[in-house]
Amino acid sequence: MAFFSIQNIAVKGIAAAVPAQEESNWDYALLTESEKKLLIKTTGVEKRRRAPKGMATSDLCFEAAKTLLAELNWEKEEIDALVFVSQSSDYYLPATAIILQDRLGLPKSCLAFDIGLGCSGYVYGLSVLSSLLSASGLKKALLMVGDVSTATCSVEDKSTYPLFGDAGTVTALQFDKAASPITFSLNSDGSGFKAIIIEDGGIRNLASPESFVLKDVAKGIKRAGLNLALNGLDVFNFSVTEVPASLKEFLRKTESNTDSFDYFIMHQANKLMNETIRKKIGFPVEKVPYSISKYGNTSSASIPLTIVSELRDIVVKGETEFLLAGFGVGLSWGIASFNVKNLVCPKIIEV
Amino acid sequence: MGGNYNNQIISEKMISIEEFIKTLEAEFEELQPGTLKPETKFTDLDEWSSMHSLIIIALIDTEYDVTITGEDLMSIKKVEELYTIVKDRHTT
Repeated sequence: MAFFSIQNIAVKGIAAAVPAQEESNWDYALLTESEKKLLIKTTGVEKRRRAPKGMATSDLCFEAAKTLLAELNWEKEEIDALVFVSQSSDYYLPATAIILQDRLGLPKSCLAFDIGLGCSGYVYGLSVLSSLLSASGLKKALLMVGDVSTATCSVEDKSTYPLFGDAGTVTALQFDKAASPITFSLNSDGSGFKAIIIEDGGIRNLASPESFVLKDVAKGIKRAGLNLALNGLDVFNFSVTEVPASLKEFLRKTESNTDSFDYFIMHQANKLMNETIRKKIGFPVEKVPYSISKYGNTSSASIPLTIVSELRDIVVKGETEFLLAGFGVGLSWGIASFNVKNLVCPKIIEV
Repeated sequence: MGGNYNNQIISEKMISIEEFIKTLEAEFEELQPGTLKPETKFTDLDEWSSMHSLIIIALIDTEYDVTITGEDLMSIKKVEELYTIVKDRHTT
């Protein structure tokens, strides 16, 4: 059972970057006015940021990291590790983290690798990097997390295109004997691997001319093998059953309750789904902020993006206790609790 | 441990189909009260969409603590069929 606590790791800073280009679901031509109204009310997504062609997740993470390192006053030579969590890497290979090491001017003595996860990626990335620092005694590390999902969604697919937005984030971790433990619960259910999938372009289904052909899947849904496919009902059911069950188990094991946390930050998947989870756990509305109306579902970036977008004024002073839950593609889900003190948190950067 | 309390749980009283319909109509705010009948087919409603499926799943989960799957919704046509599923699962 992947339930564990990591000692001596402090989260020192979080920064997020989004593309400057904004799209509104009120302008999405595939839907009628009443469909738009229903979509926005149900999913919560009103506006989204869209990366122009060629802008990669790493570009957003890079800008966020540049700003955060300056505000933290960290020297580049001090960075021992860089982990990039994404499902939209720059290239098939090499790993994007290595390209970022050079681009940020980090030393060659810095370890760097990628993790391929989506909605659960922030929690997983935090667990991997904090475990690594805690076990090795390495001092400073950057966790770079995000996705450019709009590049792989078909514009003619109303079940995906109006939901997703692009964002890149960075979280700075430091070895610190005074830090409170970070506790994790990490879970997987590969039987649901087809619920959110890009079928073609991997080794299983190599990209071919056929992979680009748009097919009529259902009314309002035209997509190709290289586009993201989402089974909304399956994901919805998974999220409102497995996630609350795991959260309740987490609270029981950590002997905590909704009063133990200042904020509960969920992956920004779908407002109705997230609200169902919130009600089942019993968190009050004011402890559960959303950024989904402004930025859509930003995949792995959504948890840190929500902290920067909605809680910046609060986290920069004093202590804040967080409970996090990331869930989705895989199927994969993770829960974490941690505390920040006077977090360094620059304003959202537009690229 | 291992105590076996066979069917000792007394479930809350399940509501009538009339009340169930009222709850559904309140959730679909674009519906006029009285539009839904036990024999109404969901797909016959104007502007029926997958969003409504999500709304139904969320409503039934939070109100009755019953899980409705995507497959259930595919097989269900009428309001009364949905009510039957909710009622059966609610009491077992």
